Amino acid sequence: MQILFLIAVVLGLMLIGFRFGRLRSVRVTGGDARQLHSLPTYYGLYVALWCGLPALLLLAAWMALEPTIIRMIVLDSLPPDLLLQPDGQTINDARLSLLLTDIRNIASGNIASQSEPAVIAAAGRYASLLQVSFGAMVVVVLSVAMGGAAAAYRFIAPQFRARNRVENIIKMMMVACSLVAILTTLGIILSLLFETLRFFTEVPVTEFLFGTNWSPQTAMRSDQVGSSGAFGAVPLFAGTMMIAMIAMTVAVPIGLLAAIYMAEYAPRNVRTVVKPLLEILAGIPTVVYGFFAALTVAPLIRETGGLLGLSVSSESALAAGLVMGIMIIPFVSSLSDDVITAVPQSMREGSYGLGATRSETIKRVIFPAALPGIVGGVLLAVSRAIGETMIVVMAAGLAANLTANPLEAVTTVTVQIVTLLVGDQEFDSAKTLAAFALGLLLFTVTLVLNVIALHVVRKYREQYE
Amino acid sequence: MKTSPSAQTSIEIPPTAGFPLVSQGEGAKIAARDVNVFYGDKQALRNIALDIKPNEVTAFIGPSGCGKSTFLRCLNRMNDIIDGCRVTGSINLDEEDIYHRRIDVVQLRARIGMVFQKPNPFPKSIYENVAYGPRIHGLARNKTDLDEIVQTSLERAGLLGEVKDRMDQPGTGLSGGQQQRLCIARAIAVNPEVILMDEPCSALDPIATAKIEELIDELRQNYTIVIVTHSMQQAARVSQRTAFFHLGNLVECNDTEQIFTNPQHKLTQGYITGRFG
Repeated sequence: MQILFLIAVVLGLMLIGFRFGRLRSVRVTGGDARQLHSLPTYYGLYVALWCGLPALLLLAAWMALEPTIIRMIVLDSLPPDLLLQPDGQTINDARLSLLLTDIRNIASGNIASQSEPAVIAAAGRYASLLQVSFGAMVVVVLSVAMGGAAAAYRFIAPQFRARNRVENIIKMMMVACSLVAILTTLGIILSLLFETLRFFTEVPVTEFLFGTNWSPQTAMRSDQVGSSGAFGAVPLFAGTMMIAMIAMTVAVPIGLLAAIYMAEYAPRNVRTVVKPLLEILAGIPTVVYGFFAALTVAPLIRETGGLLGLSVSSESALAAGLVMGIMIIPFVSSLSDDVITAVPQSMREGSYGLGATRSETIKRVIFPAALPGIVGGVLLAVSRAIGETMIVVMAAGLAANLTANPLEAVTTVTVQIVTLLVGDQEFDSAKTLAAFALGLLLFTVTLVLNVIALHVVRKYREQYE
Repeated sequence: MKTSPSAQTSIEIPPTAGFPLVSQGEGAKIAARDVNVFYGDKQALRNIALDIKPNEVTAFIGPSGCGKSTFLRCLNRMNDIIDGCRVTGSINLDEEDIYHRRIDVVQLRARIGMVFQKPNPFPKSIYENVAYGPRIHGLARNKTDLDEIVQTSLERAGLLGEVKDRMDQPGTGLSGGQQQRLCIARAIAVNPEVILMDEPCSALDPIATAKIEELIDELRQNYTIVIVTHSMQQAARVSQRTAFFHLGNLVECNDTEQIFTNPQHKLTQGYITGRFG
């Protein structure tokens, strides 16, 4: 709350700085704004930015560093015997953080597990340090804000290039924003990478990449039943690929033909109704598709298979793949429709003008011209199919069978990641670390697909110039 | 010589005195009578009656929005693909109504080729661009036949010399003028009887324009050509007959020389002397 108030004060100062900066810029020219290098607003913005940016950055830095610094001060002041175990060793990290939690709880008036005088004294110091820190922060932040504003205010002169400065600052802010996205991705990749490396110290890379047996368990005791774990990722990727293939077999023809109908044959009023309706398919939560697959499609396939004398398990790759295919139809159809519509009308007229029929025009002119864009759309749909989890959990099962028969239960990478991490788990066993390795591998696969899709789309852009 | 009875019944423009129409049977390649075109509720053309003679270049001139392109596109039924466009009246090609139910629009367009305002080669190789029409109409029995059709078409379009070493390069990589000649070659390859050209030089520089105009004059030997143009000099240079359109009406149609030296109607006179348009 207090922090929010402080931020509000800084924002208020910025507003005041803006007003004064703009006023002064007009005043320094004696009221003739045409003599200024930039519009008066830019001088106002310049003052406001110098007022707000350093102060807010300082505030953020302060809040990030404050807990660490206070913790160090409090720990230094604790009597040394509190930090020792009965056997004379320094206490471990877990106990230390317990102790600090106690201090913090006492300081904020909550119930704590200890009430030793030394701890209570430390809590008192902790509370007072917090107060001092906050007071200091308010003073420093506000003085930086006012100092910045005053310095910028003094800079204002008719020849001062406020617009260029403001535009530069704004440009830097945009760079910072894009950095956030990039750094987040980088952070995720790195954390995946390090956990994966830890996993590979316990399970050999070759077993993970080429092993055909997936049975992720680690023994607590050596004589335990089922103690032998196996981490071969091949069945998972085979299952993923099979389900994605089935899904694409459904989605590509249906989506593509729907797109061609919408773009080339449908009257305009039909198209305006049908296209949004198809896109609604993309808005249905995947869990809804999941129980549709599990409760309707899977039993249907099993009964049909039974009539034909085939043995179909009640959870099958086919059921999951079919429903997933329905789910990604809108990706294929909508993107392809956009690409087909983007083919210039002059191409169609050129072809019709030569006496080509509509279908000849579509097959020989429109489709080849739109092909790269269509491929891009299909690849996006493939990455979507590979990443899909819910439908597979519900309809295809958890058994990691290495099979080419779509009537059997299979499992996919994403499903296994979920099951590995659900429930009470230690975060240093091979079982949980395997999730990171799977994640990294899956990420690599989808990344490669996306790169290909982007590349194809870029190539398409160069086609008509 | 006779004046079509239904011609020029509109309000602003009275029937012109000198309105020489070739009546059907007197060798008109295309004869249009009572043609009205509507885009939705808006009427774009009123009671057009016009004859187009074989092996001549007929030019349509007139200010923007006068309906000359619309009329051109009626002649090979390209207006069919525009939503809400309706055509009434009759247009006969060799005494056969092209709007009759029995007419296959695909065959019609093979007989009446078209070249567009903006060069629109397909994003295929030069060879494939020209081979497109013969392929879909099955005009070549084998590869040698097809090669020959492509060669002669490019030759006739005056492009062969410039592209014979790079037939497998994309047609979109040519210059604007070359692209337009490629489109003409593409139209010729189907061996049409009539070629419609919708402002074929408006996107080209003067040198490319000169080449196309020369080409049009040569093509007249074998084809009937109808050209829409904004440039009166172009109409004067390439055409034998000129039709002047204004606000959806056909104001005057006569020998080009007559139109430019002795226009019968004061609107025509105003337009060719540059008083409006």
